[in-house]
Amino acid sequence: MADPMKIRANVVGDSTEVKVLMNHEMETGQRKDAQGKTIPAWFIQNVKVTHNDKVVLDAQWGPAVAKNPFLSFKFKGGAKGDKVKITWVDNRNDTRTDEATIA
Amino acid sequence: MAIRLTVIALAIAASAIGIAFAQSSTVDEIAKYREALQDGNPAELWEARGEEMWKAPRGPNRVSFERCDLGVGAGVVKGAYAQLPRYFADAKAVMDLESRLVWCMVNQQGISEADATRIKFGDGSARRSDIEALAAYVTSQSRGVDMKVALDEPHVRDMYRLGERMFFYRGGTHDFSCATCHGEDGKRIRLQDLPNLTKTEGAQKAYTTWPAYRVSQGELRTFQWRLNDCFRQQRFPDLVFGSEASIALTTYLAARANGAPYSGPAIKR
Repeated sequence: MADPMKIRANVVGDSTEVKVLMNHEMETGQRKDAQGKTIPAWFIQNVKVTHNDKVVLDAQWGPAVAKNPFLSFKFKGGAKGDKVKITWVDNRNDTRTDEATIA
Repeated sequence: MAIRLTVIALAIAASAIGIAFAQSSTVDEIAKYREALQDGNPAELWEARGEEMWKAPRGPNRVSFERCDLGVGAGVVKGAYAQLPRYFADAKAVMDLESRLVWCMVNQQGISEADATRIKFGDGSARRSDIEALAAYVTSQSRGVDMKVALDEPHVRDMYRLGERMFFYRGGTHDFSCATCHGEDGKRIRLQDLPNLTKTEGAQKAYTTWPAYRVSQGELRTFQWRLNDCFRQQRFPDLVFGSEASIALTTYLAARANGAPYSGPAIKR
């Protein structure tokens, strides 16, 4: 089970600014360990964000995204107290969903 | 032949100028890079893990860190780091944050010293360090608090003096001291600028930004790690985790930062 994300969601003007820190190795599959063996690729492939069950962001990621990724984005609308739900799925089909309340 | 030499000399001169230019712009670029990263500092992930650990009952005694006194009362973390290292009467020793955490694990939670210090530093992957996470949490609770190491306390004063001597002590295969790299402005290792720790501004800026998330390592690093790696770079014998030597150097550098607001855990290349 992956570690929780850190999510901050704030109303800025007429939109909501969301900042997410995810806990993930994001292994590229290009690196080798001390024995010279390739470390298998392991990275987040899909990130989906919903606001009150409506999808506001659906992203496909690859191995070029850094370890412990930080994602910041804005979407139109959103009010204080609304829920923002974020789900990622990695290439091992491991997944994690966290929810935050807009402040 | 003479013409050829001139050409080579010109080429060298040109590349030297090129390096000088590249150097100043690289420093600027690194500063910009740090600024851009500051917003999404993954140190927060360590802080969150540390906070959970701080509050959970641990070890054979099922005792949480809420009984651990960092010097400002049992379980109090707010502003505690800004006054460390300090003298602890119960342990009869001057301790830094990391050694105090280990002391609480051993003496309150009943964890053996070997277990408590088994993973001092994470390896950037599955081997994660509890101490690094706890340090991230505790230090985050001193953000904005002015550094105030009690130099009027005689034990702390002694440690400070010892640390000062160590800072200027030359030894090892390369006849290095800490001051060899950190005693002048404008020194660097490869492209990395080194702070001049003999100046107040340099010491304050350096000390108040540790612990830090090291992007190149994918880990949060504590001050014990920083000193440990400096010893390695000096080709000194391994610095023993939580040893008197490590605490003396920490005391010296922490007290040199007195008066500056603590601003870690930071993010570094």
